[in-house]
Amino acid sequence: MKLKTRLNGKTFEFRDIKDVLAKANEPKSADRFQGIAAGTVTERVAAKVVLSELTVGDLTENPTIPYEQDEVTRVNIDGLNKRAYEAKKSMTLGELREWILDYNTTSDDLQRASRAFTGEVVAGVAKLMSAMDLVYGARKIHNVTRCNTTIGIPGTLSYRCQTNSSTDDPEGILVGVMEGVSYGSGDACIGINPVEDNVESTRRIADAIYGFMDKFSIPTQCVVLSHMTTQMKAVEQGAPLHMIFQSIAGTQTANENFGVNRKLVEEAYQLALSYALGAGPNLLYFETGQGSEVSIGADHGVDEMTLEARTYGFGRYFRPFMVNNVSGFIGPETLYDGKEMIRANLEDHFMGKLIGLPMGMAPCYTNHTSIDQEDQEMATMLLNMAGANYYMGVPVGDDVMLSYQDTSFHDDVALRELSGRLPAPEFHRWMIKMGLMDEKGRLTSRAGDGSIFMK
Amino acid sequence: MTNDNLTELVARIVAEVTAKEAPCASSACVSEGEVPDLSAVDFKTVLDVPNAADPEEYLRMKARTEARLGVWRAGPRYRTKTELRFRADHAAAMDAVFTDVPEELLGRMGLFTVTSKCASKDEYLTRPDLGRQLDDETIKMLRDKCTMKPQVQVFVSDGLSSTAVAANLVDILPAIMQGLKMHQVQAGTPFFLKYGRVGAMDAVTEALQAEVTVVLLGERPGLASGESLSAYMTYGGYVGIPEANRTVVSNIHRGGTNPAEAGAHIADLAALMLKQKASGLDLKL
Repeated sequence: MKLKTRLNGKTFEFRDIKDVLAKANEPKSADRFQGIAAGTVTERVAAKVVLSELTVGDLTENPTIPYEQDEVTRVNIDGLNKRAYEAKKSMTLGELREWILDYNTTSDDLQRASRAFTGEVVAGVAKLMSAMDLVYGARKIHNVTRCNTTIGIPGTLSYRCQTNSSTDDPEGILVGVMEGVSYGSGDACIGINPVEDNVESTRRIADAIYGFMDKFSIPTQCVVLSHMTTQMKAVEQGAPLHMIFQSIAGTQTANENFGVNRKLVEEAYQLALSYALGAGPNLLYFETGQGSEVSIGADHGVDEMTLEARTYGFGRYFRPFMVNNVSGFIGPETLYDGKEMIRANLEDHFMGKLIGLPMGMAPCYTNHTSIDQEDQEMATMLLNMAGANYYMGVPVGDDVMLSYQDTSFHDDVALRELSGRLPAPEFHRWMIKMGLMDEKGRLTSRAGDGSIFMK
Repeated sequence: MTNDNLTELVARIVAEVTAKEAPCASSACVSEGEVPDLSAVDFKTVLDVPNAADPEEYLRMKARTEARLGVWRAGPRYRTKTELRFRADHAAAMDAVFTDVPEELLGRMGLFTVTSKCASKDEYLTRPDLGRQLDDETIKMLRDKCTMKPQVQVFVSDGLSSTAVAANLVDILPAIMQGLKMHQVQAGTPFFLKYGRVGAMDAVTEALQAEVTVVLLGERPGLASGESLSAYMTYGGYVGIPEANRTVVSNIHRGGTNPAEAGAHIADLAALMLKQKASGLDLKL
């Protein structure tokens, strides 16, 4: 393992793998905030050169946080398939990049290889890839999951209908859901973030959504995004939830801050098997995003992109139905501008897909940043080309409860049309039956009128 | 068609064509009046779906949320007014973050200004750590200009919305001061901290050795409102105090908790904190 190189007339020596991974990053404000970013452009490229010669084995056996110290590291490594890992172990990251892009490497090859890699490895190879590499590589990978609907099938594109209310008002939430499903948003799930994190509120919202789903036989999943422990209590008491949600992160310290660990997630999965309404086998929903560890000081000096990939290695272990990336949600101290946000989204989608996850993307922005709607729409269109499994559907992109902007019902329709894709098959059939969409995926004149469900 | 009619028709067409072709000499073509204020429309009460199945019930339910619903579409995209209203609201939110609190207002309220360790708005947004710290010169200035060891130290900070400070300060600050006077509590010298994060209040507490510290700070704006102000309060604050020990009064603006009422409430809470020697989760309400 060599950590030193000469480039453009200068010698560069890196402290350890953590240092190489950080300095090989495209510019990110979190790296600058942590003081771990490359000092010059040449140093950045030198780090990429050194990284390209490290092997899959080097990055697996020298994790950024030691195995003994960190549960996320342990879950990443324990989740490996030993034979798949042995087959890829001696490959350099430069070779791995070319293998992923090679015509002879099929979708099946990539899927079988996913359990050969830890977070550090997928982050490492993504750092050697350009924007178009990230799109091209990810597009080859199809990670299909099933709860009640099936998402990620080639030729389909799904959405989470997210009509949050600033007061957890069931009618205010439901009127949005009615409009959303009329646009074809909601085949990944109908998912609501509650203001109040308690069993009563979780249950009240779930009852309202499920009542609507049941009345109109809508094939999808209902989820309320309170804390995992709250949902566990609610579902045990009979709340009509189809799966269980949790935010996760890339270090044990950050997960402790979120109140989550491996044991809890395993319990939640078992509980979902016993009590939840989802057919499965995939019964969990995770949310992630670059910068969460840095923003709470739980990063251990590791760069946000590598931490995000470690988060995926943690999440993979529990076979989630959907993993939702929200890079851009925190603010300019983690992703400074539109360019950084777009790059982070392309990285996350690629890294998640390569490690085997059903990635849904929420390219988004807050109001205390220069990132705006234009950047967000550009990110979304690029991710659509890359083949994300799903996006959000928020009324006109304005989340009135979380105070940020995300993709809208209108974006959902346009993205399907732009890439010639259809809703999840179960949901598409339902839309045809309701007279909202035709066989080819074109909306009818009824779509956009939520009040059709009120008669 | 008679000849007369025909003549009239030709005359009219000729007139129209000539009018269209007439050169539009600057202001001559500008009409009186103005384009209606798009931001003044209360979209909670509007349904733009043509021939909706049940408009009455839809509007009743829609009134229960601020979400932008019933907006209809142009093909799959927004109608022009939906697009422009969204952009207008985002503009207001961004302006709340990226503009400064007017000097004139601070002068009128008798507040002098100190700055956190951030040298610019850009540094403030990318270095949350520096927004929580004060340099030695600032600490000295605070000690020179303020009453030391006050029972309650109130100060104001821009946080993430200068608009929130501008919209609420005139009502809330006098209400707090008057409330403290009624409780016979000795209040310190109020001031304005530019580029301040919530944690800066702990540095202020240490600098002035205040018993209770209150910061009025602009919240990160949403599209619905950039005017939301919050008050964070500690008893016996220090740098590194757990977040759970802060008492928060949030959502202060005309559409939420009225600033004058919030001011009286904050003064009551401060008096209670002095009595119980506690804040945050430890404070019994």
